[in-house]
Amino acid sequence: MSETTLNPAATSAGPDGDRMIVNMGPSHPVTHGTLHIVLELEGEIIVKATPQIGYLHRGVEKLGENLTYQQFIPLTDRLNYCSSLMNNVGYTLAVEKLLGIQDPPRSRVLRVLCSELARIGDHLVCIGINAVDIGAFTAFLYLFKERETIYDMFEMMAGQRLHSSFTRIGGLFRDIPKEFEPLCEQFLESCPRAIDEMEKLLTRNPIWADRTKGVGAISAEDAVSWGYTGPCLRAAGVAQDLRVAQPYLDYETYTFDVPIATTGDVYDRYLVRAEEMRQSLRIVRQCLDRLKEIGPGPVIIDDYKIALPPKEKVYTRMESLIHHFKLVMHGIDMPVGEVYSATEAANGELGFYLVSDGTKAPYRIHVRPPCFPIFSSFDEQVRGRLIADAVSIMGAMNIIAGEMDR
Amino acid sequence: MVIEHIDEQLPGAILDRHAFRGDQTIVVDRERFLEVVDFIFRDGFQQLIDVTAVDGHQRDPRFDVVYHWLNLASQERLRVKVRIAERVAMPSLVSRFKSADWAEREVYDMFGIPFEGHPDPRRLLMWEDFPGFPLRKDFPLDGGDRFCNEEIGASYAPDARSLNV
Repeated sequence: MSETTLNPAATSAGPDGDRMIVNMGPSHPVTHGTLHIVLELEGEIIVKATPQIGYLHRGVEKLGENLTYQQFIPLTDRLNYCSSLMNNVGYTLAVEKLLGIQDPPRSRVLRVLCSELARIGDHLVCIGINAVDIGAFTAFLYLFKERETIYDMFEMMAGQRLHSSFTRIGGLFRDIPKEFEPLCEQFLESCPRAIDEMEKLLTRNPIWADRTKGVGAISAEDAVSWGYTGPCLRAAGVAQDLRVAQPYLDYETYTFDVPIATTGDVYDRYLVRAEEMRQSLRIVRQCLDRLKEIGPGPVIIDDYKIALPPKEKVYTRMESLIHHFKLVMHGIDMPVGEVYSATEAANGELGFYLVSDGTKAPYRIHVRPPCFPIFSSFDEQVRGRLIADAVSIMGAMNIIAGEMDR
Repeated sequence: MVIEHIDEQLPGAILDRHAFRGDQTIVVDRERFLEVVDFIFRDGFQQLIDVTAVDGHQRDPRFDVVYHWLNLASQERLRVKVRIAERVAMPSLVSRFKSADWAEREVYDMFGIPFEGHPDPRRLLMWEDFPGFPLRKDFPLDGGDRFCNEEIGASYAPDARSLNV
């Protein structure tokens, strides 16, 4: 097979001309977002897979260079739209690292709380959809009821279900309402049951095992070399979790375990994600207790050169009005420098690289999405496997095209 | 730690260094970049987290190619920068780090920095005959109708654009 050919479509006929080309995507039910894979088949065996990405490229990084630091937050919602709150948190932590500030304690707990809820939501979607793609529809229905509750909680927090934009530089947009806690308590009771039901349907299901065990297996060395992070890396046996390894938001003070598996195949990725949801529920429990301990308090810093002053002050005090005006018109006074800040998002390491030249907009902003390096290994993962395996491997990689293409 | 090791073993390879908010950065000579990469790989920095670039625009040399490495054993991070001028190629790291494959293609796609020895040096996010490199500072934010499909007659109305100005 010719490796030097530039256009993958031109390789349609191999030397013997019996190779078949199948286009998976750009709009296909299992591609989850718009992406295109050119599969070269011999019978049902994949000889080569050429992913073509970029259909959802919106130029987020270019736009970021022309927006203020605060204005970039809504764009982070649209990276991984299954867990937008985590992107908000990751981005604001990067800007706060650049500024050298820390948000108030109550805001830190709330950020952990919403990140973990988002992680559960993301894993629910990943497992649910992965199962649907390979024919197990029922688990998806049990899981989506819980996901709906998570979105209800997000709506209470941020006023939005998907595009939350909940965080602000230096804290949060607002505190949670009092109706939040009873709903979250209810969720903490019902979600473990839903995960149990899901596990009853999948974990010992022979059809599920046939479709996932040994499929997409990867060694720890390869996973590290491919830049795997998150559940896919942990499924391959590397106990790397940034919440433990490089703690942020006081994660070191929470009690939780980091599940790992051995083979890195689709089944192990499923097991790791299932266990991570249970661990996230433990963290959510601790967050609720901590919120009670801390009691009411500010959720955003009171440095009005960074965060907007409250509206009642803007309308009654001259100084606050000036702060408001200066912040909206001229942005935050940024130090000159560069930072890379990484958080453990649902899918792996979500990094933001910011270069500041001291003006109101970043000189360069770069997003390191977790699924980008993971998906780059797709060809190696599916080579020599059946076309049906490509579907389950892609589902377990949890590719979110909006985040990959930026 | 690793920076002192590099200095001892490869004197003169590090042109500049700085630390800001706990991030260690070294600027490395392009000619000695592969030596440094070999060294830090053996030192435990086995995961190439990210490759990107920064366009200095008016500066000479114009580009910073920025690499982020992670040491999984010690959880240290290291940022390595190489300053190169326009149309100068960087050595590709695909043979050592598989994650360099798409990352380098993206840098080529967005900045036009070629990577010598890359097995598949095509564009990644933009289409093959896209004119220009979008993340360069001289690339306009609003491309107007120049980047639409002129041949099929699809373009923005001329005054719809001026509303944005």
